Amino acid sequence: MRTVLGRALAQRRVRLGLALVCTLCLVALLAPLIAPYDPVTQLDLAEGQLLGPSAAHPFGTDFFSRDLLSRVLYGARISLSVAVLSVVLSVTIGTLVGLAAGLAGGLLDNVLMRGVDAALAVPRVFLLLVVLALWDNVGVGGLILILGLTSWFDASRIVRGEVLSLKERDFVAAARVLGVGGRRIALRHLLPNVAAPVIVTATLGVGQMVLVEAALSYLQVGVRPPTPSWGSIIFEGQQVLSSAWWIATFPGIALVLTVVGFSLLGDGMRNALDPRSR
Amino acid sequence: MARFITVRLAHAAGIVLLVATLTFFLLHLAPGDPLTGVGEYSFIPPEIVEQQRRNFGLDQPVYVQYARYLANLGRGEFGYSFREHRPAAQVILDRIPNTLALAGAALVIAFALGVLIGALQAARPGSRLDDALSMATLTLYSMPVFWLGVMLLLLFGVNLGWLPVGGVVDQAAYPYLSPLGRLGDRLSHLLLPALTLGLVGAAVVARYQRAELLDVIHQDFVRTARAKGLSRASVFWRHAVRNALMPVVTLFGLFFPLLLSGAVLVETVFAWPGIGRLAVDSIRARDYAVVTALAVIAAVMVVLGNLIADLLYRVVDPRTRNAA
Repeated sequence: MRTVLGRALAQRRVRLGLALVCTLCLVALLAPLIAPYDPVTQLDLAEGQLLGPSAAHPFGTDFFSRDLLSRVLYGARISLSVAVLSVVLSVTIGTLVGLAAGLAGGLLDNVLMRGVDAALAVPRVFLLLVVLALWDNVGVGGLILILGLTSWFDASRIVRGEVLSLKERDFVAAARVLGVGGRRIALRHLLPNVAAPVIVTATLGVGQMVLVEAALSYLQVGVRPPTPSWGSIIFEGQQVLSSAWWIATFPGIALVLTVVGFSLLGDGMRNALDPRSR
Repeated sequence: MARFITVRLAHAAGIVLLVATLTFFLLHLAPGDPLTGVGEYSFIPPEIVEQQRRNFGLDQPVYVQYARYLANLGRGEFGYSFREHRPAAQVILDRIPNTLALAGAALVIAFALGVLIGALQAARPGSRLDDALSMATLTLYSMPVFWLGVMLLLLFGVNLGWLPVGGVVDQAAYPYLSPLGRLGDRLSHLLLPALTLGLVGAAVVARYQRAELLDVIHQDFVRTARAKGLSRASVFWRHAVRNALMPVVTLFGLFFPLLLSGAVLVETVFAWPGIGRLAVDSIRARDYAVVTALAVIAAVMVVLGNLIADLLYRVVDPRTRNAA
């Protein structure tokens, strides 16, 4: 594991990705300390609407005279917490389902994987729109739950594939011969071996989940205003695009930097684990 | 081959049925129905709304509605749109050409640009150009497609004023344009949405093409071609790129989900009246028939896309033909 980490960090791109992700985490944690204003306070509705970037408001202000820099900084909190928590949920479910399907084989495997096929045949944004638009305003907790419950399909396939190939390996056969039970084989012998691909999937998954949350919030069914989410700020910005370019622009840059960070990190870890895939 | 296709088609039909069922129950278990909003208008008496509910069978238990839905679906009936007061199939058919135009143009951009970028990268792996381009594709790949659309809109529509900011045609001027002018108007409206969707697709294709090419370059036939005395450029473009292109073509089938999800967002950004925008509006209005029909169509497209990908793969790579 140490050599894998070393190999990963030897790549300049991984270090860049790590730096981006760490900066982002710091911003999310310290948002109340570094944000110049409160993200939802309407500062001055008479004089302070749609002000361009200036020393007092580096990113300008929005239609409700709120400070955009503060909203973007606080947006990191929402974006990261929603993405990380829902990925943790989805990867946990995916790993369990993948383990069960791969180990049990037969009917259970068939039923689970056909279900996964069907779920993957529905475009993700469409499925989420149906659920989120119909159950009106589920809150951030509900959003995390729904995102997690609808995105474990890929992870379960990857884990199942790994388990199917690991199952035939000698160390598993040896454990079986020694009379080790099924559950113990799954948890003590297989799980540690599928950890690496799962971690890579999860890292890339956080980046993708940030995009999904932003897309849903842009469509007005994700995180609801006035809570600052990058996606919904971009939606608000598009309404005043011709008079206030800054509102749609800055949260988008934050989004790109975030997702690029996670992609660099995830790709780099995959390369380090499997040098051939470069 | 025939057996392979039959098995896969049966499999595909099963998946589509599952998707239809899943969407049906998601819609019907959610609070409210297509008439929920209607009852809020004070000028429609509640008795009338109740009567409508009875007329359309919305007061029946869910399983009765489900049985009816399946029976209708079996006859090719997709139901009735409450929002537009006409059959759901018609509502969708009206919108499909717009989405096909958008998706088709985006596919052309994605593959033309993606294959070119991937080839340029693989020609000199590890070079500065390769590094710059792979950073560019990674950035594109990490970009929210709707934000890319808004930024292109800001640059070309608002600031430069070169291209229209939304819609399929210029509503006011279109009827008075010459046939050529009409075509130009349509194309100018299509350019930005297609570019938005196509650029993100190009990033996916380029990453794949680069990896494939680097694989092919190390194979024996490439070395043989070099040994025969062919120039490096000729070997690269005529032998390697050609062979790497084939697996990339199979990506085509796998592109459908990406295009469908992308269409929902891009059509929203550009007020493009296609099925993506229709999906958003119909879900909001709880227009059951249109939503379930769209889900079924989406599933059919995705499943067919997968099947096409597998078939193309078999045609391209004879070694996979014997595998079940």
